[in-house]
Amino acid sequence: MSRGRVVVVGASLAGLRAAEGARKAGFEGRITLIGAEAHLPYDRPPLSKAYLDDVEPGAAPETPTFRTEEVLRDELGVELLLGAPATKLDTTGKAVLIGDQAVEYDAAVIATGATARQLPGAEGLAGVHTLRTLDDAVAVRAALDAGARTVVIGAGFIGSEVASGARKRGLDVTVIEASPTPLVRAVGEAMGAACASLHHRNGTDLRCGVGVTGLEGDGRVERVLLSDGSTLDADLVVVGVGAVPATDWLADSGLRLDNGIVCDATLFTGAEGVYAAGDVARWHNPLFDRSMRLEHWTSAAEQGAIAARNALDPASAKPYETVPYFWSDWYDSRIQFVGVPQADEVQVVDGDLERDGRCVALYREGDRLVGALTVNGQSVIMKYRGLIMKRASWADALAFAEKRRAPAVVSAR
Amino acid sequence: MKIIVDRAKCTGLGICESLAPDVFEVDDSGDLVLRTDTVPDGQLADVEAAVAGCPTEALRLEP
Repeated sequence: MSRGRVVVVGASLAGLRAAEGARKAGFEGRITLIGAEAHLPYDRPPLSKAYLDDVEPGAAPETPTFRTEEVLRDELGVELLLGAPATKLDTTGKAVLIGDQAVEYDAAVIATGATARQLPGAEGLAGVHTLRTLDDAVAVRAALDAGARTVVIGAGFIGSEVASGARKRGLDVTVIEASPTPLVRAVGEAMGAACASLHHRNGTDLRCGVGVTGLEGDGRVERVLLSDGSTLDADLVVVGVGAVPATDWLADSGLRLDNGIVCDATLFTGAEGVYAAGDVARWHNPLFDRSMRLEHWTSAAEQGAIAARNALDPASAKPYETVPYFWSDWYDSRIQFVGVPQADEVQVVDGDLERDGRCVALYREGDRLVGALTVNGQSVIMKYRGLIMKRASWADALAFAEKRRAPAVVSAR
Repeated sequence: MKIIVDRAKCTGLGICESLAPDVFEVDDSGDLVLRTDTVPDGQLADVEAAVAGCPTEALRLEP
């Protein structure tokens, strides 16, 4: 399809890449990019990292906008409908509804992403924020600028990066984690516990196995009540307890919804002309022969482009296969993970995180390498991604690790 | 084609290495090393994927 109309629902990374991907594929028709937020498409990872940093007095933090309006409208020829949340998908009439406004499509890419889970009981209290959008980041930043006593709920990646940002500014921060060990779903229990040590080394008060029973304050948050009976004074509470795929608007669309839009390996949703991409898409990943929904930068970018290409030429639709990858920057360390963390065994093959501040851990399923985690292992992580991509055996992975292992320190003579 | 790295934007994430390991490699200091600064024959697609795949948009190609 080279003419007609492509509608992309969702104006963040996956949506932008879908629009760009359509043009790259030679599409010369109309492209409409619909977004709930009023902002031009912008990048989310910096919002919990550089965007929270201190800047010189008088300077402003750089908003991570991807493309200017001129580039989107004039160079890419994309029609922008921003601040316009889609409310319905009519797969029979082939239209996306924004309230009463119907936007008809020949091909559509749904990239509506995910929304941050809220903490119950936080409604109406100022100073309590999730951190997903630019507006959230502006508020969190302002509170940090004001030297807020900061409490982070959830020791996941967002929460940990916020804690890191607070510590960078010399602020005290307490992180409350309901599970006994953080990051179990993301990296498994052993490595979750190891990563927690990064907080301890950097003066963050991490409390695990504790939940929030309430928030108190008069218009603004003043105190956090914990399940162990203790209380924390707080000016800023950042809630990082995960995100849910934004599929409520698709409830009566006929699309199959199950923790995201269920798609086949080509990101096809089952409705004619409709593909999905990014945090909202639960697609079949042939490399692991299972469905998964990733909240990663790399897969959002790649899926956006592939979904658009496939939507324009379904007869030649290509499957999307990937070794999942994510990174997170905590304090002065970089955590990187490739593959999947569900494993029969996790083995640390180099370093010792608690002792050296660095490590490499490999994940085995059956006799195959399925994942790898590195902390400050930038020079090796992608080599493991390559091995996983080639479906390397556990034996081959261990042999490779042996070759790469830092030589033992020879005692001084 | 020439490969240009914007060193101010590059943080050594290494996705480029993952997509075109003959061209890009992150060293032990966490810095990106270009093994060649011209796109090798037959690798344009991989290098273009690496350019598109960089989360900080630190890479570009020039004729």
